[in-house]
Amino acid sequence: MAEAVELAADALDLPPVPGRLRETWTSYARSRGALIGLALVVALIVLAIGADVIAPHPPNEQYRDFTLTPPIWKEGGTSRFILGTDPVGRDMLSRLIHGTRLSLMIGVISVAISLSLGVLLGLLAGYLRGLTETVIMRLMDVMLALPSLLLAIAVVAILGPGLANAMYAIAIVLLPHYVRLTRAAVIAEAGKEYVASSRIAGAGSLRLMFNTILPNCMAPLIVQATLGFSSAILDAAALGFLGLGAQPPTPEWGSMLASALEFIQRAPWVVTFPGLAILVTVLAFNLMGDGLRDALDPRLKQ
Amino acid sequence: MNDAAAPLLDIAGLTVTFGTGARPFVALDHVDLTMQAGEVVGCVGESGSGKTVMALAVMGLVDFPGRVQARHMRFGGRDLLTLSNRERRTIIGKDIAMIFQDPLASLNPCYTVGYQLSETLRIHGTPEERSSGRVRRARALDLLQQVEIPDRETRLGAYPHQLSGGMAQRVMIAMAIACRPRLLIADEPSTALDVTVQAQILELLLRLQRDQGMALLLITHDLAVVAETARRVIVMYAGQQVETGPVPDIFEHPRNPYTQALLAALPEHNLDRTRLRAIPGIVPGPFDRPQGCLFTPRCAYAVARCREQRPELDGPPGRQSRCFFPLDASGRPTNDWSAQASDLADLTSAPR
Repeated sequence: MAEAVELAADALDLPPVPGRLRETWTSYARSRGALIGLALVVALIVLAIGADVIAPHPPNEQYRDFTLTPPIWKEGGTSRFILGTDPVGRDMLSRLIHGTRLSLMIGVISVAISLSLGVLLGLLAGYLRGLTETVIMRLMDVMLALPSLLLAIAVVAILGPGLANAMYAIAIVLLPHYVRLTRAAVIAEAGKEYVASSRIAGAGSLRLMFNTILPNCMAPLIVQATLGFSSAILDAAALGFLGLGAQPPTPEWGSMLASALEFIQRAPWVVTFPGLAILVTVLAFNLMGDGLRDALDPRLKQ
Repeated sequence: MNDAAAPLLDIAGLTVTFGTGARPFVALDHVDLTMQAGEVVGCVGESGSGKTVMALAVMGLVDFPGRVQARHMRFGGRDLLTLSNRERRTIIGKDIAMIFQDPLASLNPCYTVGYQLSETLRIHGTPEERSSGRVRRARALDLLQQVEIPDRETRLGAYPHQLSGGMAQRVMIAMAIACRPRLLIADEPSTALDVTVQAQILELLLRLQRDQGMALLLITHDLAVVAETARRVIVMYAGQQVETGPVPDIFEHPRNPYTQALLAALPEHNLDRTRLRAIPGIVPGPFDRPQGCLFTPRCAYAVARCREQRPELDGPPGRQSRCFFPLDASGRPTNDWSAQASDLADLTSAPR
């Protein structure tokens, strides 16, 4: 019997089955926008990690003789300050590069906080149902009812301005999205037979929640986390602009915008470049998130 | 291990209700079931007759708003009703295992076959299996061989979506027998598979049952499957047992009109007809349960008494039927049925 079985396997000569990662990558690489987004994100990460080496000047060094120097391609520009300098003579390019590090850090930390908390709450709501679910979900509804920036401002007003508090505020603002997403995915998965068969195999509640159900809910969460990254960066810039986030002289894009506002007529570059940096970063993460959604969500696949 | 006279599974008066209102839906109505160690029992009935609910109740998987009640429900001498969840988890999956209808949905899509097999072993296996990954892997390979999966090394690293239906069901069976259960509940194990694979899977189940001496409760709506495999049959209808009996007898001389009608609907018994015989109507739902015998709306022999009173399960132990007029050897109702039927105006709805 066993011999016949082995023979049958040889005769079939099955082609190697593509792995899951490979499948996802093929599907992701099909979209050009997603690839551009990925390239930009990789570039931003490299910039953030190597900021100290890449940036031509220290971010807070003030060259008092070169205040408001225009960028290199404009009249009066110098190759020493490629993107010009700000009102106190700091190099724009170096500040932007160091700002990348801050922005990505804000994105990582606030998404990590709200993702872990959101997944936990969503898992509890979706698995336990009943009163727990009602309490958690109604609370999230209340949070969703407030405009996100307003809520963030309110939280910062309570905690006090500062970069760390801004990150907590953003994490709280992002929280309901993850909770709702996780809960919906958990409810859909919990009814499936493999969960019952895992229960039959003797799995307890904790194992069912975290080991059996959660990995199957990850696809939409990964997508939402990527998209949440861009809104975290945007919100952080907005808080910085309002003076509630990073405090000067931190080279944060939003506070850079705010501090140069009065020179918008005379030296437009001091406002343009931080704005462009925010735009490019948010766009890159959105493109990547969209690409991931197409790759991970089987419902959108052709 | 246990006394030969004491049954492995002993259930009496198992009732499962759903809903908390004044009239909860009775999904399972006083079902009795005893199984000896190593015995194959078939459980047949239409969709909605309570077969799966019975299996879930035995496994302790009926959740709120479902309620399980029974006079007693013992497995290997232990009372399943009073077990704490923790104790239950040590029995379920180890001594009682279950396989489901749709094998591809019953495997976790996120993990490889090997991981899922060894996970069960890590919790319920022997001490060596619990402690050593290498022992678990060897055992997983051994299990895959037992369920006749070719190319085992590769399959161990495969994800469920890379398996065919038959292959996935073999993996499910391997997982179920991993801890050498004493009772295996197979809930329509071959329904989702195509016909040739169905036969293979059933053959495999029976071989494993013989080799390991485990009891097998085979839930199905395919009477042909039961005829080939089981020694004893329980026929269910709308949550009630309507007939029990040993296998050749129950097929040759059904006592209950429902069993007779089910048998008449078998394609093998309709070879000379252009249309298959069918039982008219559907199983009553929560809101249209008849006052009398639950089968009256669809029964060819129903008389006034059937519509007013509900019959009890009647007959010698092991050969019972729930009918006021059990059928005789020629397939005609007994107990002066003809006298009561002639009182009725319409004799046209005569037996088939």
